[in-house]
Amino acid sequence: MTTAQPTYPSFWNDTGKTGLSAWIFSTDHKRIGLLYFYSTFGFFLVGVLLGLLLRIELMAPGRTIMGPQTYNALFTVHGVVMIFLFIIPGFQGSFGNLVMPIQIGARDVAFPRLNLFSWWLYMTGAVIILTSLFTGGGPPDTGWTFYVPFSSRTGTNVSLAVFGVFVVGFSSILTGLNFITTIHRLRAEGMTWGRLPLFVWSLYATAWVQILATPILAITLVLVMAERLLGTGLFDPGRGGDPVMYQHLFWIYSHPAVYIMILPAMGVISDVLPVFSRKPIFGYKMIAFSSVAIAAFGSLVWGHHMFTSGMSDTAILVFSFLTFIVAIPSAIKVFNWVSTLYKGSISLEAPMLFALSFILLFSIGGLSGLILGAAATDVHVHDTHFVVGHFHYVIFGGAGFAFFAAMHYWLPKFYGRRYAEKPAIVAWALMFVGFNVMYFTMQVLGMKGMPRRYYDYLPEFATLNLVATVGSWILAAGLLLMLVNLFRGLFRGEPFTGNPWGGATLEWTTPTPPPTENFEQEPVVTHGPYDFRGTGIP
Amino acid sequence: MSHHKDDNGAKLGMWLFLFTELLLFGGLFLLYAAYLSRYPHEFSAAGRQLNVVFGTVNTVVLLTSSLFVAMAVTALQRNERRQTLWLIGGTVLCAAIFMAIKYVEWGTKIRHGIYPNSPHLTTGPAGESVFFSLYYMSTGIHGLHVLIGVTLLTWIGTKVKRGAVHGGDYILLENGALYWHLVDLIWIFIFPLYYLIL
Repeated sequence: MTTAQPTYPSFWNDTGKTGLSAWIFSTDHKRIGLLYFYSTFGFFLVGVLLGLLLRIELMAPGRTIMGPQTYNALFTVHGVVMIFLFIIPGFQGSFGNLVMPIQIGARDVAFPRLNLFSWWLYMTGAVIILTSLFTGGGPPDTGWTFYVPFSSRTGTNVSLAVFGVFVVGFSSILTGLNFITTIHRLRAEGMTWGRLPLFVWSLYATAWVQILATPILAITLVLVMAERLLGTGLFDPGRGGDPVMYQHLFWIYSHPAVYIMILPAMGVISDVLPVFSRKPIFGYKMIAFSSVAIAAFGSLVWGHHMFTSGMSDTAILVFSFLTFIVAIPSAIKVFNWVSTLYKGSISLEAPMLFALSFILLFSIGGLSGLILGAAATDVHVHDTHFVVGHFHYVIFGGAGFAFFAAMHYWLPKFYGRRYAEKPAIVAWALMFVGFNVMYFTMQVLGMKGMPRRYYDYLPEFATLNLVATVGSWILAAGLLLMLVNLFRGLFRGEPFTGNPWGGATLEWTTPTPPPTENFEQEPVVTHGPYDFRGTGIP
Repeated sequence: MSHHKDDNGAKLGMWLFLFTELLLFGGLFLLYAAYLSRYPHEFSAAGRQLNVVFGTVNTVVLLTSSLFVAMAVTALQRNERRQTLWLIGGTVLCAAIFMAIKYVEWGTKIRHGIYPNSPHLTTGPAGESVFFSLYYMSTGIHGLHVLIGVTLLTWIGTKVKRGAVHGGDYILLENGALYWHLVDLIWIFIFPLYYLIL
């Protein structure tokens, strides 16, 4: 890899080790972070490609480019890849690893070898999942949720895919416990809990969710494998089992998992907004606290995925109520972000544009989530494109756009070169427009009654489906432009040194790119993460 | 920001890992609770088919092994290497006895046609099939943890023998012992749920 040639040794070259093995066996958190970044982002691009194919198939009623079985396989693999191979490991693995140890003033994470092992486990799981697509009965066609009884009966290669997800989950647990231990034990002198950057707070809350929720997914997946391989019948109504129990177990993990996806994104936004508003964050304590509150309450709301699956009215009421409770800490964040902007000196550079659009898109996603969280309205839009639109607003418009913000904000720090500003803004604008054209239309389609995961649809949905597909092309064009500009910039762009954004967190006090153990001398923290006095703001 | 070993950090990491193991079994206990409330009579009938003697002996064996491993940690803290190795050996022996009894117990059940998807269970009452599937999953995954724990302790034992783990640096054995206590703890829940209370 070619990068900027700094005058001092950076983590790219200071160990004297280069070549593939210096990367895939490195325990340096920054190298592992980049490994995670390229592997998770690579899978993101695979997922995007599959998503585009799905949209082309839905462009017109009837068969467009693929048959129904291929379609079922594609939306399953799109979901599995995007969720288990990109967005769940993505933030923690790439930006968590790259930035968090530096932000708390540590030389590395608490367990560097375990960190590398996590990446290897992740890659192993990914390879197993990929293998499942081409062996046995072919790619799974159950949807990423692997619902029984279909998943225990379909002839496709569900067992292997599920095992791959199990392995990736193990990797996620190890990253989580590594990060919690790191944040507890390795903070630099003066880095009190009240001075932790909000990105670190969000990673901390996320790590707890990873630890507490992922084991439930693990046992659920083991039970699905046992169902298929041993015939345990625990979810088979013909044998005394209950498929709804599977749904409970699955969502006990998979609802908190959406907070694994969105919490670090909120942390990125909380770090980016004050820097580009030249103003300390508004309500630091409430934002930090709301991350923990979201992690806690978010673990108690899984039943809202199952309002139509068969639950008592009491259970529906309780889950619906708790779901509305989660909206409170989320709204606290949004209000604090907006208050941070108030009377700030706002600089609309690419990371900031992504962060601002995050607030809007996440709010739309969050509010449409309340429509789904209220049982009375949920039964009308359950399992329609409304849900698909809602989910993508939160996870793509939210977590995805925050990921892009983080890429523009932090990657130059580690490469010492930066992207060009104008193309980045054009790319952002294209993506923002394409995104809304595609997913807002999906929400409308859902309100009109178009079910999700259906291969074919009634003729009256044709126009809107065409609009959504065109939106996906605009989005893809923006994404392509962003990638070309960003990576061209990282490898051949203008030099990026010092603290050009004017950030006050510790990563901006280290050389760019940072040396292997991050700091030339042990940092002593004397001020909060958003205290911009003396950061040389232009 | 220090290069010296952080034993407290290592222990914190281990405790977090133990939480995840508890939650893994938590999923099975959750299913147990849900299905027990649905099939109280079938669970009771099926539970009485389990051999309480096997279960009790295994409980005693595992508790003893936990004692041994705790003593091993204390012995290593006092730098008594030979004694530590004997105590680790005792733990491994107990684990072997546990697995042997488990083997006999499973074997007997399987010979009587009681195993997941067996003709006997699929034609019998649905609740019993659920009970035995849960029984095999819980004890099976627990048995897997026994094997993992034994492998871990044996590996640590070789490090004690080589002197890589010693009285001044015993965190590895302490963490291994914590893991072994977890294996014991989970059995302490499985035993009454399946053998005693029904």
